[in-house]
This record gives sequence, structure tokens and C-alpha cells, in this order.
Amino acid sequence: MGLFSIFKKKKQTSEALQKANKYQLGMKKTRSGLLSKLKNVLSGYDQVTEDLFDDLTDAFIMADIGVSTTLDFIEELKEDERVEGIHDPKELQPIIVDKMFELYLKNEIVDANLNLEKDGLSVLLFVGVNGVGKTTSIAKIAYRLKNEGKKILLAAGDTFRAGAIEQLEEWARRIGVDIVSKTSGSDPTSVIFDAIQKAKAGGYDCLLCDTAGRLQNKVNLMKELEKMHRVIEKEVPNGPQEVLLVIDATTGQNGLSQAEAFSEITNISGVVLTKLDGTSKGGIVLAIRDKFNIPIKFVGLGEGMEDLEYFDLEDYIYGLFVENDDE
Amino acid sequence: MPFESLSEKLQMSLRRLVGKGRVTESDIDEMMKEVRVSLLEADVNYKIVKAFINDVKEKALGERVMKSLTPGDQVLKIVNEELKALMGEEAVPLNMNLNGTTVILLAGLQGSGKTTHAGKLANYIRKTYNARPMLIAADVYRPAAVNQLVTIGKQLNIEVFERGVMMKPTNIVKEGLAYAKTKNYNVVIIDTAGRLQIDEALMQELVDIKKIANPNEIMLAIDSMTGQDAVNVASTFHNTLNVTGCLLTKLDSDTRGGAALSIRYMTKIPIKFCGMGEKLDQLEVFHPDRMASRILGMGDVVSLIEKATENIDEADAMKMMERLEKGYFNYNDYLDQIKKIKKMGSLKGILSMIPGMGQQLKNIDIDDKQFAIIEAIVSSMTKEERKNPELLAKSQSRRERVSRGCGRPYHEVNNLTRQFEQMKKQMQAMMGMDERELNKVAKGQMPNGMPRQKVKKGKGKNRGGFRF
Repeated sequence: MGLFSIFKKKKQTSEALQKANKYQLGMKKTRSGLLSKLKNVLSGYDQVTEDLFDDLTDAFIMADIGVSTTLDFIEELKEDERVEGIHDPKELQPIIVDKMFELYLKNEIVDANLNLEKDGLSVLLFVGVNGVGKTTSIAKIAYRLKNEGKKILLAAGDTFRAGAIEQLEEWARRIGVDIVSKTSGSDPTSVIFDAIQKAKAGGYDCLLCDTAGRLQNKVNLMKELEKMHRVIEKEVPNGPQEVLLVIDATTGQNGLSQAEAFSEITNISGVVLTKLDGTSKGGIVLAIRDKFNIPIKFVGLGEGMEDLEYFDLEDYIYGLFVENDDE
Repeated sequence: MPFESLSEKLQMSLRRLVGKGRVTESDIDEMMKEVRVSLLEADVNYKIVKAFINDVKEKALGERVMKSLTPGDQVLKIVNEELKALMGEEAVPLNMNLNGTTVILLAGLQGSGKTTHAGKLANYIRKTYNARPMLIAADVYRPAAVNQLVTIGKQLNIEVFERGVMMKPTNIVKEGLAYAKTKNYNVVIIDTAGRLQIDEALMQELVDIKKIANPNEIMLAIDSMTGQDAVNVASTFHNTLNVTGCLLTKLDSDTRGGAALSIRYMTKIPIKFCGMGEKLDQLEVFHPDRMASRILGMGDVVSLIEKATENIDEADAMKMMERLEKGYFNYNDYLDQIKKIKKMGSLKGILSMIPGMGQQLKNIDIDDKQFAIIEAIVSSMTKEERKNPELLAKSQSRRERVSRGCGRPYHEVNNLTRQFEQMKKQMQAMMGMDERELNKVAKGQMPNGMPRQKVKKGKGKNRGGFRF
């Protein structure tokens, strides 16, 4: 338990505890994760050796942290002056944890909060490849913002996939928010345009725009997205306030290609990491932060509309490091 | 994040060896490091990479590599052969019960593409086996999932059996199967809700559905972009359900798809199909042997050479070269070339087989329809004009006539003739080049004095005209 119990003590308020518990629950099944693996690796050696570093590399790779990010990390770790005097592998553990924080934070203050206008309309655009959970994430975020007292409008901008509009409409009904939708096959940009007009006229605080899933190597679909982005830029001052790239936690190295391609045509302001309640650890988001400086804003931890949390680096890294009860 | 192909990396690590004359074990180790990184970057599971590297190293230590003048190529060959052996050599067909009813159960994680592929499979089976498929909508959890399948069914004109979302999936399946019998459907495809493999209740539901449906084929849909966890997912589904085949979805992405190897290696489940696009006819039989080079990121050179030799006659090619050299290249030759290229398959497919192109292609949109347009335009030229491209280049009224004749806008004809002239000049320039200059061209740099292809900017579908 070591580290995690320290971390738990740090959380004082019951609300914070609840949230940490949810993370724990959500991450529970991801437990065969880094720390147990890390501990196992470290305790398997009497001395700090090259083989130890190789095993550490595997532990990072296993969590889908990007290959080059991992290799750089381990290389730096080896050269780290703090490590130089260390003979007992166990002493490496806090250093690794520290360095993971550094890797993400890069001496910046990274804020997971959404960048919303104080008065006036904020537009949130959701993008990503097919099947990552964009529509569900929108529902969850809409639900959360609504509970924060915001007036929410959804735009059913996925006019391509069969059933996508109905899916978002159903969510809108369950959450109790308004939605703008057109028939399947209509121009998604026009849906967003209409939604913006409605949001402006109706005094809405936030407009959440769904888009069709698109693979980042499909040029025409990426151009379509560019167009939607342009319309929002033109119609809404400072818009879009957030462009959120939704990434599935099971995604491997391709996550980097996704982050790169989507940020080329839109201003990606953050990542929503979905399906973290599975066995995947979604480590590729650390590489995304490392390579493209995109922070993670939310994590999805289940299928219910309340199964979403603001990203908390401590929770995430410690979550990755928690010992698995089953082991 | 452009990753160089493994072959480039191996060349790099070998550069130091030049002049050493003999490859040592530590040189091989060095190469194995590159192989390892390459496989990890392709999302092959790290445990498998480890085992794989040991195998390859052992083989590489044999005489063949150590004494070879091209150790890098030899290692690459071994890696490729081993990968192919692991992936399996041949495509594995569906388990069809041709004399009775075939039941196919689709399962997988959320968002892996089950519903879309239920439709694709139904369409494929109807076409391939001339069967009468029906779909059962058993995903009662995700909002509008039933709706999605119904819409897909309508698009394909295939009946979808649904009972809304208030009934238990097991009961829906039971009723659906009975219904299929009364309607004489001989293939039933069951679409189930996405679920995490660790969700015991939902996994039990699949076991129950399996008991009721007794499927001939249990297909696991796996996203080809899946990372290290692919092994866990596939093994757990396999252990619970005894999966009979795998559907690798979204393979039209730019992923290298190491997950395919992981799944195959750990579970031995054959990958039977791959999803190649969002349209309902974009389902392809999976050819495991071709996956090896994709995972290695080195393009499918073998297939390319095969295709080229199959379709292009050497004598023909020589004749063409001669004509080019003399500057005789005309529209007839052009048409001829296009026909040959078309025989080899889609242009993008061909280009993606070229090593190093895979990554670059990401940003290029190649539309095979352009060929049809060019053919239409050329077909509307008179014989005289085809033989003598100058005629069109010089006469606007001729171009206008061609435009009317083929029904394509004037600017397209204009573009074509202009680009034809440019191409001719480029080719002639290339003919006169020495090796060094040709290398430059191959690397994408234009040597001095060679006309650059002008790309027209503007709005509209065909901006920039024909790009070849």
C-alpha cells in the first residue's frame, strides 16, 4: 500500500475522498498496473543493473506509455544524478514517481478545468477517431456542467453514423438539456451553425458539439472538421473555447498520430481519456502530453452519466501505481 | 512522429560496421534493439516482442547472417519470415453451415465496431454465399444502439429483429432465432453490447447467449489501434467464450496493427476479416501474410513486385522507355499506362506498398476516380489528337470540343493537357539525368533545371487538378 496510503491521507475532505474512491474503483481493475509491476521489478534486483532498467522499460511500455517517451525517460533516469549514488533498487521508486510528475507537468501549472467564458457563450468541440466514446463523453460533461448551474445546449454534429443523432437525443432527454439536431446525412457544419445561433439567441452558457468519428488519415473528413472549426471561430468570440480530443484508454501508439493530426487542423486544448475503467491504462496520454503539450482534462470511468472525473494527475499516476488486490 | 521503417533503422545501426568485414554477436544485439523498438512502436505486446526477439536472434546468429555481405537485409528477412510464420500463412474462411442455419455471435469492447461490422458481415455473407441473412439487435444498453442497427439494416435491405431495450438480450436472441426459422433466414448475426472483459455480469450474459444460440462462429471485434492490452482483452474473451475468429476493425487507419500479432500469438484465434472503412461494403478477408510488413512499417514490396510483374510486360516497358526517350510520348501511351496501373489495383493501395510511403500517404488524398475522368477526356479526343498532343495544347477550340464530348468541365481538359505537357518535359529531363540527380528525384527534391509541377490553388473539389 505504501505510497497510496500516504496519498489517501492527504485527501482531507469527504468530497475529495469520494472522488479518490471513485478513481480507485474505476482504476481498480486496472490494478495489475505500474506500481505492483514496478515494485515487483525493483524487488527482483539486489543492485541497480542494466537488466533492471530493461524491465522498467517493459513496465512502462505495458501501460502504453509511448515508446520514445519511455526510452527517453529511462535514459534520463539512468543519467539522473540522484540515481547515480543509489545501490538499492527500492530507492528508485520515489524518484521514478517524481520524474513521472515532472514528465507531465514540465514545470508548468497544468489546469484540468475547462476554459469557459465568464459571461457569454462557450463552445466545446469534441473530436476523435471512431468508437472512442465522444457522444457518451459529451453526455457526461453536459451532465456535470448542468449540475454546476450552466445552461447547456448540445449539437448533434455526427450526422454520418447510423443512430448517432438518436443516441445524443436520448442522452439529452435523460440529462434534461436542449439539443439541436437535423436529419441524418445533413451537413454537420450547418447543424453546428444553427446550434450556435440558437445558443446565442437563447442565452445558453455552453454549447457542446458532437462530431462524427473520423480516422486522422482521412483527408476529406479532416477537412470537414476544419470547416466546422472555422465556423465556430467565426461565429463565436474566442470560440471554440475548448476542443477536446477523445482518446480511448485501450489505444496504443496510434494515439500519438491522432493527437498530431487533430491538432494540425484544430486547436486541441485537452484530452478526454475514456474507458479507464477497463484493464487499459491509457499511458499514451502521457506521451501525448510529452510530445504535443496537450493536457488531459477528463477521464471516463464507466457508462453512467456521472462516471466522469476531472483529470487529477496524482490520482492518475498513483492509480497506475496501486497494488492489485487480486495479486 | 514519423517512424522510419525498420529497414532504414537497421541500415543505420549497420553503418558503423562498414569495413569491419565481420559481424559479431554484439552487432546482432544492436540490430535486435532496433527490431524490438520497431515492434513495440507497432503495439506488439512486450512479452511477445521479448520471445520473438530471442527466436530471431538465435536464427540470426547462424552462418547466414554472420557471413553475409548484407547482414541488415538478412536480419530483416528473418524477422519478416518469423512474423509471417506467427501470423499464419493463409486466410481462414468463415465457419458456415451451408445446409442449415449459420449463427454468428459478435462480441467485443465498447466502440470496437461491432454494430457496423454486423451490417458489413451480413452484406458480405449475402453476396459471397448467396445466403439470406438476418440481424438480431441484442445491445439494449447503449442509447440508440438498436436504432443504429435498424438503420444499417435498412441501408442494406436486410431485416433486423429487434424487441426494443426493455427485454433481456437472451430472450431477444431466443425469439429472434425462432423468428428467423419461420422466415427461412439461413444466416443470423447477433449484435451484442460492448462490454469490458472484466465485467463479470455482462460476460456471463454472453455465455448465456452462446448457450441459447449455439453459434457456428463467435467473432471478436478488436480495434486495430489497440495497444498493449489487446492480449488481455482477447484472452479473456477467448477463455470465456471460445472465440472462433477475430475481426480487426478500423484497419484503414494509419496504425501498424501490432495488436493483430499479439492476439494471434497469445490466443491462436485466426483473424478472419478486417474493416477497411465506414461504408458497409468495406470489409475485406484478412490476409495474415500481408500483415507482417505492415507491422514492420516497411511496405509490402513483395506484393508490389508481384503485381507489377504480373501486369507489366518487360518488353512493353522497354518500348515505352524508348518512346519516352525520343519524346514521342502521347495520349495513347498515357491511356495505356493508366490501364496497366489500374490492373494492379487502387493507386493508394499500390503506393502504400512502397517502403516509406505509408507514412507520407497519410496526407495525400488519392482519388481513383481521376483515372476514369482522364480516360473519359482522352476517349473524346480524335485519333489525330491522341497521337499528337501538340494539337490540343495549341488549340482552345479543340479543348472546348473535347470538354463537350466527354461531359467534363473545360478547366479539367485544360488541366490535363497542361499537365501532360509538363509531365512530358519532366520525363525527358529525367532521361537525361545522371545517377546522382535521379537519387535526388527519388528523395523528393527537384534538381535544378527541372520544371516543377504547378499546383493550382483554389476552391472546389478538383482544386490542383490531377495530381500524379
